[in-house]
Amino acid sequence: MNKLFVESSPHIRSAWTTQKIMLNVIIALCPALIMSTYIFGIKALLLTIICCASCVLLEFLFNKITKREDTIYDLSAVVTGMLLAFNLPVDLPVYMAIIGCFVAIIIVKCLFGGIGQNFANPAITARIVLMMSFAGSMTKWTAPFSWKEGVDATVSATPLAADTLPPLTDMFFGFRAGCLGETCIAALLLGGLYLIFTGLVRPTTPVCFIGTVAVLSFFYGGCDVNFMLYQLMSGGLVLGAFFMATDYATTPLTTKGKIIFGVGCGLITFAIRQFASMPEGVSFSILVMNCLTPLIDRFTAPKALGAVKPKKEGKQ
Amino acid sequence: MGKLHSVRLPHFSGSAEQSTRKIPAPELVAISMLQHIGAPCEPCVAVGDNVKIGQKIGDTEAFMSAPVHASVSGVVKEIKDVMNVGGRLCKTVVIANDNKNEMSPDIKPPKADTREEFIKAVRESGAVGLGGAGFPTHVKLAYDRSKVKIDYLLLNGAECEPYITSDYRELMENSDNVLAGIDMVMTRLEIPNAIIGIEADKPQAIAKLEKLVIRYPNITVRRLPSAYPQGAEKVLIHTLTGRVVGEGKLPSDVGCMVMNVSTAGFIYSYIKTGIPLVKRRITIDGDIVNSPANFFIPVGTLLHSIVGFADVRRQPDRIVLGGPMMGSCAFDPDTPLGKTNNAVLLFGDTKERKTSACIRCGRCVRACAVNLMPTELESAYDARDAAALEQLKVNLCMNCGACSFVCPAKRPLAEKNQLAKDFLRQSKAKQQGK
Repeated sequence: MNKLFVESSPHIRSAWTTQKIMLNVIIALCPALIMSTYIFGIKALLLTIICCASCVLLEFLFNKITKREDTIYDLSAVVTGMLLAFNLPVDLPVYMAIIGCFVAIIIVKCLFGGIGQNFANPAITARIVLMMSFAGSMTKWTAPFSWKEGVDATVSATPLAADTLPPLTDMFFGFRAGCLGETCIAALLLGGLYLIFTGLVRPTTPVCFIGTVAVLSFFYGGCDVNFMLYQLMSGGLVLGAFFMATDYATTPLTTKGKIIFGVGCGLITFAIRQFASMPEGVSFSILVMNCLTPLIDRFTAPKALGAVKPKKEGKQ
Repeated sequence: MGKLHSVRLPHFSGSAEQSTRKIPAPELVAISMLQHIGAPCEPCVAVGDNVKIGQKIGDTEAFMSAPVHASVSGVVKEIKDVMNVGGRLCKTVVIANDNKNEMSPDIKPPKADTREEFIKAVRESGAVGLGGAGFPTHVKLAYDRSKVKIDYLLLNGAECEPYITSDYRELMENSDNVLAGIDMVMTRLEIPNAIIGIEADKPQAIAKLEKLVIRYPNITVRRLPSAYPQGAEKVLIHTLTGRVVGEGKLPSDVGCMVMNVSTAGFIYSYIKTGIPLVKRRITIDGDIVNSPANFFIPVGTLLHSIVGFADVRRQPDRIVLGGPMMGSCAFDPDTPLGKTNNAVLLFGDTKERKTSACIRCGRCVRACAVNLMPTELESAYDARDAAALEQLKVNLCMNCGACSFVCPAKRPLAEKNQLAKDFLRQSKAKQQGK
């Protein structure tokens, strides 16, 4: 008989791997990427490709230089690159985008120990750093590209700061100014539902996040459904709620924790949008809640079945 | 408390619809003195002795134990230390089979009319939990009636691990004895109710038992969700009665006694015939097995006799004793199989699993039936943090393997939990030693 192979139980494993999970997230982001290319032109696709390539290359180089195991095949760098690109205006100078990739991959992810170890969402943090560093370019919104005329439309404001609002259907299908991947709500919802139906993310966080913004906006706007819908469909709310607030590494593990996280994100987003000097608060809300995640996890740890609380020392 | 967490597993139950066959009589059997949880037996035969089937060859004074019997007739060839299935070295009686199949003349139906006689008879039968854990059955039956009141006898027919179908075959082939055995335990111990739990993926067994159970007004059949680890004692109790067995407590503390269906079937046949536990049903399956099926094997059959007999496409690279979730890998083809082996699985792959970093996806947390956080436990163990391990209740882990199964990073979470338990025990002992 051959020499027997011995391992610890269990001897069968599920088919899910990290790579497969990331591949599915990439698939889920594709409808939004396709729509973005349609809405803003081929430069949207190009910027996304540049971001993905930079992220993968940076991670590869970091691992090479620090003599770590090559991790680019888990595809998480591609996801980070896509999400970062989705959070950038389409006309952002390429070097700025690459700086963003550097912040996301090297500073936020690799320096903290690589995949799963980062406490903040790399794409969100990179976006915030770029916002702070290049406020002008980062808020120069390009209006949807006109394929018929082949020219760029004029620069316009994001609906959150604009005086005249595009019709709701344009908002839903993404024909408005904004970051390149955030505008097409229909495509983002499609991708989000894909993630939920493949079991990759639980609906808890997106529902709580969007729900909180919806309820607050509804009452803040004087029970105005229109105002509420514009609030939900503008900015990066849907993108953030489905794809960034559901990031595994930087959000709570338990359902209770996810509810707190989602509601917290909703509250902060609403507060920044309505009361702060900035038009958009999704990224900040997620970053703040990322920082609170270890605490949330600690206080929402599940009670083990039949567990007896250990007696505190010194007490009888 | 609502439903407990569980995972869905592939079934691979190709052996389910084959009736149980016999394997050719092995030339040798090696009967381990430790085939149960508790104290090992001492051999009561010597090298050169003639033994017959059913003759007691090992026993002990210890309460937490069960005697062992010769499973073939022949001559005691040697008595030596052999590694048992659980990886423990213990005395083992090797018997050369004379193929005469002579039954011991002492075999006669025992007297089992009262509770005491019944428990004594069950002890003499060598009965242990046939589901895999090997808890001596008479110990379970002999609970202190002045302190505990058992109101439910729960029969475990969940068989939630993939591949294994030996309990299912027991239910299909021996259902009358199973029910009679349950009835006998209930009458002798005065337990008012019994529930037979069978997973929903065995509709034929459920239908069959439901039809037969009409004769017994206090026995009911319940369909269990087909989810892993449904057959774990605590999970079964929770599903069938809603009761939670607390930390450090026993099922009897919540008025339940859990018994495997095959154990119940065996008890009845022993009381009727007096033939002790000398053979059992095992499933032979695995990805290189052409015709998976169940077989009766004499206790003590060596693993290589089974591998030699099995209809395989190629030589196995990996042999799992028990189910693929909780069973252990055999490293020696001369390992003797015992009373608790319900399956031998032969696989033809030796792929090392590549482990990657935890991505904190939370799948392990949502898989844990007892609500632990395997990923946190792993970090606590890696940091050798005894306080955190204790707080995270690593001692409650039942090693069902669900966390490792679902982990996309293929981390050895269940394995780490077992190491962590051991580490915690040692560090506690060290503290107390100070």
